[in-house]
Amino acid sequence: MSNRPLLDNLKEGRYPSFVKEMEKGGAKTEQLLNLLERSYEEKKVHWKHGGIVGVRGYGGGVIGRYCDLPEEYPDVAEFHTIRVNQPSGWFYNSKSLRTLCDIWEKHGSGLTNMHGATGDAILLGTTTEHLQPIFNDLSEAGFDLGGSGSNLRTPSCCNGEARCEYSCFDAMHLCHDLTNEYQDELHRPMWPYKSKIKISGCPNDCTSSIARSDIAIIGTWRDAIQVNQAEVANYADAGMDVKREVVYKCPTKCMSYDADKKELNIDNDNCTRCMHCINTMTKALHVGKDRGASLLIGGKATIVQSAFLGWVVKPFIKLNKEDDYAELKELLEKMWDWWDENAKVRERIGELIYRKGMTDFLKAIDIEAVPQMVKHPRENPYFFWTEEEVVAEIASRKNAEVSK
Amino acid sequence: MSNPNYGKTDIGPPHYWDMLPDIIKNNYGKWLFHEKVKPGVLKHVGESGDELFTVRIASPRLIHIDTIRYFADMADKYSGGHLRFTSRHSVEFLLSESANVDPLIAELDAAGWPAGGTGKALKNLIHTQGWIHCHSAATDASGPVKAVMDDLFDLFQKDDLPAKLKIAMACCLNMCGAVHCSDIAFVGVHRRIPQVNDYGVANGCEIPNVIASCPTGAIRPNPKAKSVTINEEKCMYCGNCYSVCPALPIADPEGDGVAIFIGGKVSNTRSGPAFSKLVIPYIPNETPRWDTLVKEIRKIVELWLSDAKKHERIGEWIERIGWEKFFEKANLPFNSKLIDDFTFSVPTFRSTSQFKFTK
Repeated sequence: MSNRPLLDNLKEGRYPSFVKEMEKGGAKTEQLLNLLERSYEEKKVHWKHGGIVGVRGYGGGVIGRYCDLPEEYPDVAEFHTIRVNQPSGWFYNSKSLRTLCDIWEKHGSGLTNMHGATGDAILLGTTTEHLQPIFNDLSEAGFDLGGSGSNLRTPSCCNGEARCEYSCFDAMHLCHDLTNEYQDELHRPMWPYKSKIKISGCPNDCTSSIARSDIAIIGTWRDAIQVNQAEVANYADAGMDVKREVVYKCPTKCMSYDADKKELNIDNDNCTRCMHCINTMTKALHVGKDRGASLLIGGKATIVQSAFLGWVVKPFIKLNKEDDYAELKELLEKMWDWWDENAKVRERIGELIYRKGMTDFLKAIDIEAVPQMVKHPRENPYFFWTEEEVVAEIASRKNAEVSK
Repeated sequence: MSNPNYGKTDIGPPHYWDMLPDIIKNNYGKWLFHEKVKPGVLKHVGESGDELFTVRIASPRLIHIDTIRYFADMADKYSGGHLRFTSRHSVEFLLSESANVDPLIAELDAAGWPAGGTGKALKNLIHTQGWIHCHSAATDASGPVKAVMDDLFDLFQKDDLPAKLKIAMACCLNMCGAVHCSDIAFVGVHRRIPQVNDYGVANGCEIPNVIASCPTGAIRPNPKAKSVTINEEKCMYCGNCYSVCPALPIADPEGDGVAIFIGGKVSNTRSGPAFSKLVIPYIPNETPRWDTLVKEIRKIVELWLSDAKKHERIGEWIERIGWEKFFEKANLPFNSKLIDDFTFSVPTFRSTSQFKFTK
């Protein structure tokens, strides 16, 4: 102890300490800790730029990393990360976790991230010569690698119908199905840049799909919120100020409450399904019965053109296991084809739509423009016509005059 | 293994159904409602009347396999061998026996794994690799996260805040994770332009890619050196050129640090999703505890706790009182760095005479 005073300080306090976790590696992680202490002293990273390593048959799944002081820290001269595709909803049994641990003990540092932000189980730190053996052991045990590079990244989803009464479709089934359907796109980078899918069972969006995926699939419904008035009365009797906490907080003011009858009324035609009332009175209010999802496109972080939140391209799509999600898959493939044809190197699909316009994009995926796609119509007069549209419009006007 | 040179490919992840406890299989898609039992504990009730108890604990995300094995032991002892991880990297034990809830919490807590983070609480902090594993980090991730969570730990173990509180961090402007849409976010930033290593650019980089990587068009070709030049006036140190070209290092121990953004959210509840907004442009990297960062975040959180109405996330609270009032109440200096000057800037200016005077 204590040739690392800066990191030792981070072993104190109530929140679980990553330094204590790293120390559990013993001799295997000693030099990593010393290197990190040095970064804390110098306030800079000691990892070299990039690194291209992998396993046979795949173009992604491993992030290569090399220390910039290999003579002084030979144990971390190579320190690659392996992304392991997590099961839907991050559910595990103890047996599968122990299998993962045994493989990683045999081949790597013993350090993990549970999980990476995209969803993968991250095995943190091994050498090039171990990569293929780890992969062989993982795949024998039923685990496959996740995605990295210019490809379909590992899809992830909320816990959906497994443990949530809000879920509007089987998010975990869809996530598993899409991951398997697009294994080739996930393992063999062939696109202009990365593409992420995230799946949330309802508009609470517990996977942050709108912010963190190019293609966000967010559960919703088309009919009325199911109201149990007896439970509404129970909330009121238990002291909830229904007007203040629910009715006044409704973004569209489509609710009313009769305090005498303890009755809640919803004008469902004007509800935008924000989830607030359902979240607040979970026993009394339930999502509707005609369920599906909204599809939003373009979410991404800042680089290069600014951060985008995903926007609506398909207000409602049915997600049926019975037809193998045929409509959704057809749409995904059209989007990816158009993007693959048109994008520049390292251009996310949201940036491509920004550059080429929604008109081009909607035409390519064969979807009609609807007002649900915009917050408001454009405010400038700089819009395009195609020559065909103008010719057709003039022809139809002349025809109308002639027929008069 | 028949051939040691190849593994089975394209098998995909293990099937989730094999990972679920019976109580979940039996009530799959048939949950009726859930309630908070106490901080860190949720109860889900199925149409069948079955009750599922979830115990959620804090996790630093970076964990050793001994810890995973310990969680597996705890799951075997208390939850039939079943557990899951959340989208914020907490660990959840899934119990069908309510009698097991308190003994599990007590045993986990004694081992340093406190329960919390459910309902209207401070959630586990989403973060990135930092100096532990990334080449482009302008700050560490795990260290400042630990410092912030230690300081705010009480709020992780409450569930009666005005609304949920989500904090996120990213160690550079790539913003891996959720910092662009969090109640409070801190992100590693540089303040000096990259150094151009002409030999390295000429021999190791695709110059058109380097030029295209710049959001402000600050990079020009330098044909004489088969390299590039960077226009100091236009570069705002995003580091994206370094991401595509190793010969443009930008890390600078003295100049690097963190910026704080606040007021973002992703859920569609009430006001809908929103980006986080810059309120403090720079705080130096102060190892090991990032004292100034911790202090500034606590100040913002305490102001929100005292001032927000029920159900108001930080962004909703500030939209109500106005940003000018936020800066006044928080006693935070405002300067031109906080005024947007990138592509979509003008709509962020105040095109109305409606505003509040401040002292």
